[in-house]
Amino acid sequence: MNQTLSKISEDIKSHRTKQDLFASRTFFVLTVFPVLLIVIITVALYLRAQPILSEYALTDLLYGEIWKPNQGLFGFRPFILGTIWVTAVGVILSVPACILVSIYLAEYAHARTRTIAKPILDLLAAIPPVVYGVWGLLSIVPFVDDVLAPLSKGRLDSIPILSVTQPTGFGILAGGIVLAVMIAPLIISVTFEVLSTVSNDLRHASLGVGATQWQTIRNIVIPQTLPGIIAAVVLGASRALGETIAVLMVVGNVPKIPTSIFDTAYPLPALIANNYGEMMSIPLYDAALLGAALVLLVVILIFNILSTLVLQRMLRRK
Amino acid sequence: MMKKKHFERRHLVELLMKTIMRIALIIVASSLGLILWTIISRGLPSLTWDMVTQIPKGGYYMGKEGGILNAIIGSIYLASGGTLIAIILSLPIALYLQAYAQDSKWGDYVRLSLDVLWGIPSIVYGAFGFALMIMLGMRASLLAGIIALALVELPIMTRAMDEVIRRMPKDLEHAALALGSTKFEVAVRVVTRQMLPGIITGVLLAFGRGIGDVASVLFTAGYTDRIPTSLMNPTASLPLAVFFQLGSPYPEVRERGYAAALILTIIVLFVSFASRWLASRLSKYSVK
Repeated sequence: MNQTLSKISEDIKSHRTKQDLFASRTFFVLTVFPVLLIVIITVALYLRAQPILSEYALTDLLYGEIWKPNQGLFGFRPFILGTIWVTAVGVILSVPACILVSIYLAEYAHARTRTIAKPILDLLAAIPPVVYGVWGLLSIVPFVDDVLAPLSKGRLDSIPILSVTQPTGFGILAGGIVLAVMIAPLIISVTFEVLSTVSNDLRHASLGVGATQWQTIRNIVIPQTLPGIIAAVVLGASRALGETIAVLMVVGNVPKIPTSIFDTAYPLPALIANNYGEMMSIPLYDAALLGAALVLLVVILIFNILSTLVLQRMLRRK
Repeated sequence: MMKKKHFERRHLVELLMKTIMRIALIIVASSLGLILWTIISRGLPSLTWDMVTQIPKGGYYMGKEGGILNAIIGSIYLASGGTLIAIILSLPIALYLQAYAQDSKWGDYVRLSLDVLWGIPSIVYGAFGFALMIMLGMRASLLAGIIALALVELPIMTRAMDEVIRRMPKDLEHAALALGSTKFEVAVRVVTRQMLPGIITGVLLAFGRGIGDVASVLFTAGYTDRIPTSLMNPTASLPLAVFFQLGSPYPEVRERGYAAALILTIIVLFVSFASRWLASRLSKYSVK
């Protein structure tokens, strides 16, 4: 009697340990998927871009200035520079405000202000890109056209990068403003998290010897967290690099190398999205567009891996 | 005297910085207000009952009768399917990271790759999906769109769940282990129940991201005026409906594009509020 009971309990136990073992193995296999997926995406895009990479030298593609797929001319330079311009304007507009907001929320704000600010940032992050695009089209493009361009005309016009070059509001500045708002929630939340890793002992020590709060922030908090803040900005920049539809709707999409923030531009993601329909009908066109996606992916991967490594190390310290 | 002047100056700086920061916060917060106001004030006038109850009829894209029910239903299909696949992958991965791979090197690699995947723009997922479709000889379909969206949603959902499960009270886990539970039993019976509110928040967050995503479904799901009846049908989506209608030369159609943007915004805000409400509602069943 006793023996059968212990046998049954043995059976149950071994069944349960087997179940545990099985689950841990299955779960482990699933965790391989995300790691592998990065490799698969890169390889798949590379394979599809292979035909054009074997036809042309990489430097010709990246530095070539003329984009005429039906004549076999695939110069990515205007698109690459367009991407860089729009991203740079977005980041420059966004970063100072974002860092100030995160410092305020982390160091000064009452708990109540934070509980109000959090859902606002969550909602900003939740708004779909296409809605940002509609907003850009309805508000920002006219704003650039009616307010910012006349402001620059005659005053700042002599500075080449601020000269008004075309009569519509569509262009880099409009794209940059939309991007600045889109990447703000990401930069703010990451910077906020980084700032809260600084131990309160350090703050109290600084305040205790008579420093003001701003002095404490400038001399203690920021030097300690600078790598993390830079990582947050890089994350924001890589988000801006890949943003497609919102930028596409306001940036003008003219494949010309920009020289001023009032110029139109044609960023890489917009190029891919705009031409998917016809890319199968012209030789090498699809390879060129998937190659564009590959270029974008590689740059973003580098940005992301570096900044994530920095953040993983910083946020562990807590 | 000198000392006093120095003292005043740094306090002035303090005040100045604080004011600038407040202004920055107000600018960021009011941009949300501006966006919502623009979408509501321009979208509401052309929002009609027909838009949400009918599919496009002949001549819809020239400003005639019809609605965008096809895109609304299509988006719900796409996002639900994508979310479902993402849950099936995410939950085990998040549980594994906490139950079996706590503080392990492998866990770090998985988290790193999830963060990196999270940063990959959806246009790249779309291009990847398209590359796969060419290789497999598939055409744009609901299924392809669902798979592309699942890839977009996977890292968002898994990282959200991981963050939540990390906050699981250790005592509770230890108590269950001390009673002889296996790690699997703890994961399924204790962690998922205790952390249900957070898990649901993660799922809805990913769903909201999925339903608003354009660039990934642009290549993979296609567009059609019909409501899909099979996984192999091409499928319209709400963000694309906004985008296409805005490109129209007819002002009436563009107006309806604004209304479609309003519908999309309402859905996304609804999902966002629902997740907040559900999380606070369900959290009372958790052990405090």
